[in-house]
Amino acid sequence: MQRRRKLGRGVAMVGAGMSRFGMFSDKDSKYLFAEAFNEMISTVDKGMDPEDIDALYLGNFTNDFFIHQGHWGPIIADLLGITPKPATRTEGACASSALAFREGVFAIASGFYDVVLVGGVEEMSKRSTEEVTQGLAMAASPYEVKAGFTFPGVFGAIATAYFAKYGASREHLMNVTIKSHNNARLNPKAQFNVSIRDIMNQRIERAKNKGEPIPTWRDEKEFLRDPRANPVVAWPMHLYDCCPISDGASCVLLVAEEIAKNFTDNPLYVVGIGQGSGQGLHAKEDLTYFEATRYAAQEAYELSRLKPEDVQIAEVHDCFSIAEIIHIEDLGFFKPGEGYKAVEEGLTRLDGSKPINTSGGLKCKGHPVGATGTGQLVEIWKQLRGEAGERQVPIKDLRIGATHNLGGTGGTCTFIILERR
Amino acid sequence: MPFNDISYERFLSEEKLMGSRCQKCDALFIPPRSICIKCHGTEMEWVEMKGKGKLAAFTCIAIGPPFMIKEGYDRQHPYVSGVVELEEGVRVVARIEGVDGSKPETIKIGTPLQVEFLHRGEASNSKIFLAFKPL
Repeated sequence: MQRRRKLGRGVAMVGAGMSRFGMFSDKDSKYLFAEAFNEMISTVDKGMDPEDIDALYLGNFTNDFFIHQGHWGPIIADLLGITPKPATRTEGACASSALAFREGVFAIASGFYDVVLVGGVEEMSKRSTEEVTQGLAMAASPYEVKAGFTFPGVFGAIATAYFAKYGASREHLMNVTIKSHNNARLNPKAQFNVSIRDIMNQRIERAKNKGEPIPTWRDEKEFLRDPRANPVVAWPMHLYDCCPISDGASCVLLVAEEIAKNFTDNPLYVVGIGQGSGQGLHAKEDLTYFEATRYAAQEAYELSRLKPEDVQIAEVHDCFSIAEIIHIEDLGFFKPGEGYKAVEEGLTRLDGSKPINTSGGLKCKGHPVGATGTGQLVEIWKQLRGEAGERQVPIKDLRIGATHNLGGTGGTCTFIILERR
Repeated sequence: MPFNDISYERFLSEEKLMGSRCQKCDALFIPPRSICIKCHGTEMEWVEMKGKGKLAAFTCIAIGPPFMIKEGYDRQHPYVSGVVELEEGVRVVARIEGVDGSKPETIKIGTPLQVEFLHRGEASNSKIFLAFKPL
């Protein structure tokens, strides 16, 4: 980087909301976004008037393909009653709404707008698993698609390279899954708000009721090792290593720093933003890290003058269990090859020294791809303001949180750092 | 022939694995690139790969895209895709043949491989897929 980057003026987040994530046959994109928007308004402590919104930036990736409707910017602007204010759709695969956030920050930092709504929406569950797999593969490199790779397949291959380089195994991936489920159990918005233990108990109960042989798993790992409970998707990625197919929406309200206190006495300030681009699997120098994440992190750390150890809590893009381990290394929280050990030692749990994915992550909260980036910000909003309820992390003086969003097979990565002052 | 994916595919259909080399800085690329990403040079030449390498990463896919399902692969019969490091020092993604996708523990990173060209579909609509199999 030639010179230190800076924002033209400060930007603050003064509201954040999300729909429940899940598979909904009776909810469409508009309904879901309205759910997120209404919740967002309810979180603005001093209230806000939708008329004050200067512009909308909206992330969406696959609605064109899955529900044959594109051009979502004005559809959502009309839904909210803010036309003729401008609406811009951003696309960065699974990082689409993090790009919306970035554009919103730039729009305010430039002095052009004062109040910007950024969010994302995705409607995925009305298609078969095969169709969704094919649709998402649009974000992979064309060479990967032709070689038969699916998204779980790409991350499966990355996992085999990571295992071979660092001596980790499937057992270590299970630690990520168990932790994600334990966190999501405390998140009423999560698609799977149950622990692995809860799922085991449900299965045992069902077997009893049906008079079937009762499973005898001794612990969560034995359940996850059972191929009937946890079948292979793309080895070594099994069902419980993969995020689900989800519908959902999320949004946050950004305003110029100087007017933030008109909305709340407790805003979060955008202190770091970063974005990087990456290459396909064949061109990557090393399969065990994402160059784009490292670049995005460096950019955000430089802007914020913060270091990885200053970030107290983070949501990272755990589309697959192996991804969470790699991200916490790429973001500098743990050294390369040591992420899996940190997870094993419990450092990333709710009560650990560096809680990761307190929401349950993509794995359990759900991954409506275009809604994920701003959805991650909703969790940091709650945690930093002490409003995360049962899953509030017990860190004293919690001030700095971050979100990492990844699109495609690492083609687009973003990192955002928020501060409560 | 232009240094692009169309030419790359055309060579594959002739059972040739071709990359491009930057005439300015010697950097090698496969699939071919028209702009060198090392020195940004634009003078390229075609280079044929020997077709030998070793397995750098792999996955056994149980839930594949429609075109793989059509080939008969499913949850009971997973196929294998992988990253292959060629002797020339560059990598390609490819199907991995001659290994058992239902026994991933028998597939080892570092296994020496050689290229195989898979022809699929009818003559008028035939497609070629890059694959590697154990030596």
